[in-house]
Amino acid sequence: MKLVRLRDASRPRIALTLEGAPIEALQGDTLLTALLAADAGHLRNSEFGDGPRAGFCLMAACQDCWVVVEGLGRVRACATLAEDGMEVRRG
Amino acid sequence: MKVAVVGAGPAGVRAVERLVAAGLSPVWMDEAPDGGGRIYQRPPAPLARDARTLYGFEAKRATAIHDTLDALKPRTDWRPETLVWHIRAGAKQMQALHRGAQQRIDFDAAILCTGAMDRVIPVPGWTLPGVTTLGAAQIALKAQGCGIGRRVVFLGTGPLLVLVAYQYAKAGAEVAAVLDTTPFATKARAAPGLLLGGATFAKGLYYTAWLKRHGIPMVEGITPLAIEGDAQGVTGVRWRDARGREQHTACDAAGMGWGLKPEAQLADLAGVPFRHDAVQANWVPVRDDAGRTPVPGIYLAGDGAGIGGAEVAELAGARAALALLQDAGHRIDPIDTVTLDRRLAGLARFRAALERAFPFPAHLARSLPDDAILCRCEGLRAGELRAAARAEAATGPAPEMNRAKAFTRVGMGRCQGRVCGAAAAEILAAELGRPVPRIGRLRGQPPVKPIPIVAGAAP
Ligand SMILES: Cc1cc2nc3c(=O)[nH]c(=O)nc-3n(C[C@H](O)[C@H](O)[C@H](O)COP(=O)(O)OP(=O)(O)OC[C@H]3O[C@@H](n4cnc5c(N)ncnc54)[C@H](O)[C@@H]3O)c2cc1C
Ligand code: FES
Repeated sequence: MKLVRLRDASRPRIALTLEGAPIEALQGDTLLTALLAADAGHLRNSEFGDGPRAGFCLMAACQDCWVVVEGLGRVRACATLAEDGMEVRRG
Repeated sequence: MKVAVVGAGPAGVRAVERLVAAGLSPVWMDEAPDGGGRIYQRPPAPLARDARTLYGFEAKRATAIHDTLDALKPRTDWRPETLVWHIRAGAKQMQALHRGAQQRIDFDAAILCTGAMDRVIPVPGWTLPGVTTLGAAQIALKAQGCGIGRRVVFLGTGPLLVLVAYQYAKAGAEVAAVLDTTPFATKARAAPGLLLGGATFAKGLYYTAWLKRHGIPMVEGITPLAIEGDAQGVTGVRWRDARGREQHTACDAAGMGWGLKPEAQLADLAGVPFRHDAVQANWVPVRDDAGRTPVPGIYLAGDGAGIGGAEVAELAGARAALALLQDAGHRIDPIDTVTLDRRLAGLARFRAALERAFPFPAHLARSLPDDAILCRCEGLRAGELRAAARAEAATGPAPEMNRAKAFTRVGMGRCQGRVCGAAAAEILAAELGRPVPRIGRLRGQPPVKPIPIVAGAAP
């Protein structure tokens, strides 16, 4: 899944990492936006082996967007703002 | 008197406005970083589009809600980023979580304005990255300036279907198709009632006409067959048209939804009974027209009390606050309540017509193929629920939803059945040959959303 930036795209840049690889994002992005507008493709893998997941509701209800942030633990990517320097792992 | 209000959408804002006007200073909590709720959600800084671009025809209402919200914040105990995860009506106590820290809120009366979420019918392939709810597609655009893909199919039914498609097209995304599962004839039959909606109905017609004028394929009466994809995500949607011909639309994302369902878990934990509303095809918490519940001190307003839309939410928020104040012995202006009641009754007639125009297509849920994932949290397939229901029914009393949860884990996952609950009930009902109201409703469990285990109990 690739989010496409359509509006409001001239914002200061921030840098984070996903599994150690650099991700460039914009200030005001949620983690979900930051990762999926870059080339992460998905956020986590289903623990039941049915494939990758990338969130579903974007309103903090479905819990299908869990990722792990160094120092914060497990968070919902759709409800957590991305911050410069965050180290993220897939949930 | 200690009053707690949960939710700062249109219902919460108008409720708090009335409480503050009566001299109270409620504790006011919302899980989100700011108020506004779903329809008037504010993008985080430094995103900075103006209200007109963000909210379209709703810009004036959005600005009014935001101005009122901002004016009320310093006059209340305003707590954003605060998830209320439990409520005990007997003890008059809520448990909340704010940035990893537990809070206990004692109250004499509470107004729950918790809103709604998309009602979803699973479609084979719906767990692929690139498939979201209609509401999610809108949130991506409104709150983040992003489209869920470059070429998007919108699938489902209801007012949000054409609205989101219109918003995407306007923002420059390619809308590959708008696939409506409701046949034209069903909507046409409801048209006389829809006229009651005045401006709201006119806006719906405007979006549809705009989309058609811009050459966006809009098809009614379709049956979704599958969302197809590969390792990169969605590649297309397979569907059957009203004449039975199979069609395929290429796309890299799909947004889907079939109306809304109340987020009423807190009302449930508070002990408010529920009834099955046949017109809405939803379980709704029991309340009177003013928002009073059978549980003393618990009031409900907005979509969380039964789907009514944003305009109803504002009126119902104000009305519930007046009910609370009246019950607490405050003097309120009877003309005020009569006016609100009259406007609410008028809008209820329009809402009923809307529900008839876009009825919940239970047959789509019931015909979900056995090998399709039903519960995305637990990876449970439709056939597994059917088989388990048959086995249980053969050996004992016909199972209901909460039994089904115990023996299949349906609704036991991280979302607590918010996403699959409506479809799971239909599948169970079809398998057992019983009506949905007798299948029962998944009971809420604290915490209403998963919270970190380390967070522990409140002091
Ligand atoms: C994703 C989505 C998009 C929508 N878009 C539109 C639209 O464009 N146009 C339209 O007319 N209608 C739209 N709707 C319908 C919408 O529900 C109503 O129009 C309106 O927002 C309802 O207002 P409300 O105050 O009842 O609830 P909401 O606006 O949903 O507000 C509820 C608030 O309560 C908070 N909350 C809920 N539970 C808790 C808890 N346990 N602890 C703390 N806070 C909590 C939420 O964070 C939210 O801010 C949308 C609905 C959804 C779900
Ligand atoms: S996408 Fe549903 S909780 Fe984040």
